[in-house]
Amino acid sequence: MLGIGIEELPLVFALQGVALYAVLAGADFGAGIWQLLAGRGERARRIREHAHHSMAPVWEANHVWLIFVLVVVWTGYPQAFASMASTLAIALTAAGLGIILRGVAYALRSATSGPAEVRAVDVLTAAGSLLAPFALAAAAGGIASQRVPVGNAAGDLWSSWLNPTSLMAGLLALLSSAYLAAVYLAADARREGDEEMVEVFRSRALVTGALAGVAAIAGAFVVRSDARWIFDRLVDTPAVLSVCVSLLAGAATMALVARRSLGAARISAAVAVAAVVGGWALAQNPLLLPGLTVDQAAAPDNVMVLLVIAILAGGLILFPSLALLFRLLLRGDFSAEPAVARDPRQAGPTGGLTAALTATRLAGACFVVGGAFLVIGNSAWPHAIGVVLLAAFIVLGLSALAGEDARE
Amino acid sequence: MFDPVTQEYLDQARQMQALSFVVHIPLVCFGIAFPAMVLRAEWLWLRTGDEIYRVLAMRWTKVMVALFACGVVTGTILSFEMGLLWPGFMGTFGAVFGLGFALEGFSFFVEAIFIGIYVYGWNRMSPRAHFLCGFPIVLAGMTGSLFVLAVNAWMNDPGGFELVDGKVTNIDPLAALFGNSHLGFELVHMYLAGFMVTGFLIAGAYAVGRLRGRWGRYERIALTIPLTVAALAAPVQVLVGDWAAREVAKTQPVKLAAMEGVGHDERGAPLHLGGWYQDGEVKYGIAIPKGLSLLAFHDPNAEVEGLDRVPEADQPPVNVVRISFQIMVSIGTFLAALSAWYLFTRVRRKRAPNGRWFYRLLVLAGPASVVALIAGWVTTEVGRQPWVVYGVMRTEEAVTAAEGIPVGYATMAAFYACLIVAIAWILRRLARAPMATDAEPEPINKPVEAS
Repeated sequence: MLGIGIEELPLVFALQGVALYAVLAGADFGAGIWQLLAGRGERARRIREHAHHSMAPVWEANHVWLIFVLVVVWTGYPQAFASMASTLAIALTAAGLGIILRGVAYALRSATSGPAEVRAVDVLTAAGSLLAPFALAAAAGGIASQRVPVGNAAGDLWSSWLNPTSLMAGLLALLSSAYLAAVYLAADARREGDEEMVEVFRSRALVTGALAGVAAIAGAFVVRSDARWIFDRLVDTPAVLSVCVSLLAGAATMALVARRSLGAARISAAVAVAAVVGGWALAQNPLLLPGLTVDQAAAPDNVMVLLVIAILAGGLILFPSLALLFRLLLRGDFSAEPAVARDPRQAGPTGGLTAALTATRLAGACFVVGGAFLVIGNSAWPHAIGVVLLAAFIVLGLSALAGEDARE
Repeated sequence: MFDPVTQEYLDQARQMQALSFVVHIPLVCFGIAFPAMVLRAEWLWLRTGDEIYRVLAMRWTKVMVALFACGVVTGTILSFEMGLLWPGFMGTFGAVFGLGFALEGFSFFVEAIFIGIYVYGWNRMSPRAHFLCGFPIVLAGMTGSLFVLAVNAWMNDPGGFELVDGKVTNIDPLAALFGNSHLGFELVHMYLAGFMVTGFLIAGAYAVGRLRGRWGRYERIALTIPLTVAALAAPVQVLVGDWAAREVAKTQPVKLAAMEGVGHDERGAPLHLGGWYQDGEVKYGIAIPKGLSLLAFHDPNAEVEGLDRVPEADQPPVNVVRISFQIMVSIGTFLAALSAWYLFTRVRRKRAPNGRWFYRLLVLAGPASVVALIAGWVTTEVGRQPWVVYGVMRTEEAVTAAEGIPVGYATMAAFYACLIVAIAWILRRLARAPMATDAEPEPINKPVEAS
């Protein structure tokens, strides 16, 4: 049914990146939306605080998925990337500004003091959290509704992302982000044993889940009249299977949240959002842009092979690292009481004077010889030797000057 | 390749891109070098058990993560702008160099993940495990620089592909990225710059404190760690700079001619300090006979190619490149001299310099190193003009056809201005935070010594 060749493989990885970004960054943006809607007063403060603490350790890692998607697409499908980026310039700029707001707000929060400042910073977070998912989804809607032609800014800068399909996509992105965040924040609150927050976010999850469902149905009618081509393909096999998975997972999440099975709801909510991305991809296949198939857009095979190798090798490092981060977070290690007991070894006599003297001399020798290799050498090898010796100079220098902190 | 386009606002597009880099690169320096310095403080704590190092490492961690967050967003904006502003470049050559960014993306990812673990793991992991979690950050900073500079090096010395009737074929991404002659010196030059900028800025901040009388054991340690690193890097940077200039002389003679203001081919070319390039020569500068030939080719009578080897349309704006280069070299020399002063005193007198002038100059060294960083970037990137891919694709062929660049530029500039204000505010706040760290109020072992 779906022959995935080397031309498609990087795109499949990129779409997985899109799905992960939609879920993980979606939850992050959703948390920002809940901060905005928290209102005033003590309970509102606790809502904002919970949303912040839950997301803070992971938001940077969550956001890097977007960069992953960008670099894979521009390497594997350069013409398509250039066409999308240039036509959707305004939408992407808006998304970029939203991401700036989100990141700066995060950095600012570490330096705030007092509730007024925290509140001001949370407003920034919220502004970014509304702007970025809306603009990115609107851009995706422009691609889905065939409004991004091949070429340098060949499409309309405005109607490519401000059109019925894009607006529905943007709205749906905001609702699903809020929904995901509510499910995740409720589950996090359960882990921390904060039953008040569990209930706060549980009811929010139920409301936004219902709203997202209504918006999805309304959206289907909008897309049907606005972009008939993609609609017909969405309701046809194979895409319709993925759409059904999304609907079922969404409904299952509602049931799980209602029954307070929040851990399972976390997973089914993610599946519901990821399946939308999958359905879109299956509906568009094999067209990437109007008149440009994935195969036509793909870079030469040898580039694709290298790209896939890079992605797989990167994944080997990435996923264990991510697993470590999320395990520490979900197991609650990050919110546990600090481990006070520790036994740092008492300082022995830190390196004798003679050792320091030797290191100093060695460092000096490395500097002179390495410098000579670098300056006199005229090809790669002497330069490499020079660089290694100069690196040794810095390392030896550090160890020679490590003995207590420069007394006066 | 896309059809040629006309873009009225090419210069604004370039300025917008430049602005993004000017904001991003100093943050990158902190991403490269600051984790290593935080780890050094933590290591000293593990080795000695002295709480003062732990307090220092924890306070620095907060600064590190705030700056990293800002670097994440400015880096994301940059990757957007690659496509927003330069679709001709991305669409034509994405397959050639894109792999470099894909690899860099993973480095960035690993850095972000372990920064998350490191920051939130303070007090929540065993000290040794926590210390080890810092290493991937440093390593990823190193590999990230490698991959990004591989792309830049390729833009300056493009290879690994063929152009047949305007179509890019026979692409060999590995040869393009890692087989070019610029990667070696660009990487070492930038990596050292990262340590110099970070080191001098942090040491400079504590030097301000010292001049105002805030000087105890804590401050002394906090000044010594970054200063020692920067002071060891600065003299090496002078040697690496010489290497870089000679490579540029070989592969980009027009850029070298612009850096030095050489209008016509010249044997035994003099080196000009200061002055202004006009009508094919440097006016009002101080000439050092045969200096340029000696420096660029290590031969006092070597021939230096002049700008007039290529038509005027293929020449970079000479004064911008030349003055930036002179600024970078003079500041680099100043920093190396200051470092030599410091290292000499440390080695011979077994102490840090204690004159007020040393600390005044150290305060200056921080911002000066940032200026040198930016000036160096301008030298290499404006010196590459009018080419985006040296000798292959002109910047005007790369630019977007979209309208509204001035609006985007103004919006971005306003956001960046706010970002810079925000960073300044964050740093001031964190510097003023009470010494006891968040988790447990530690009695800080801080006998304030009169200096």
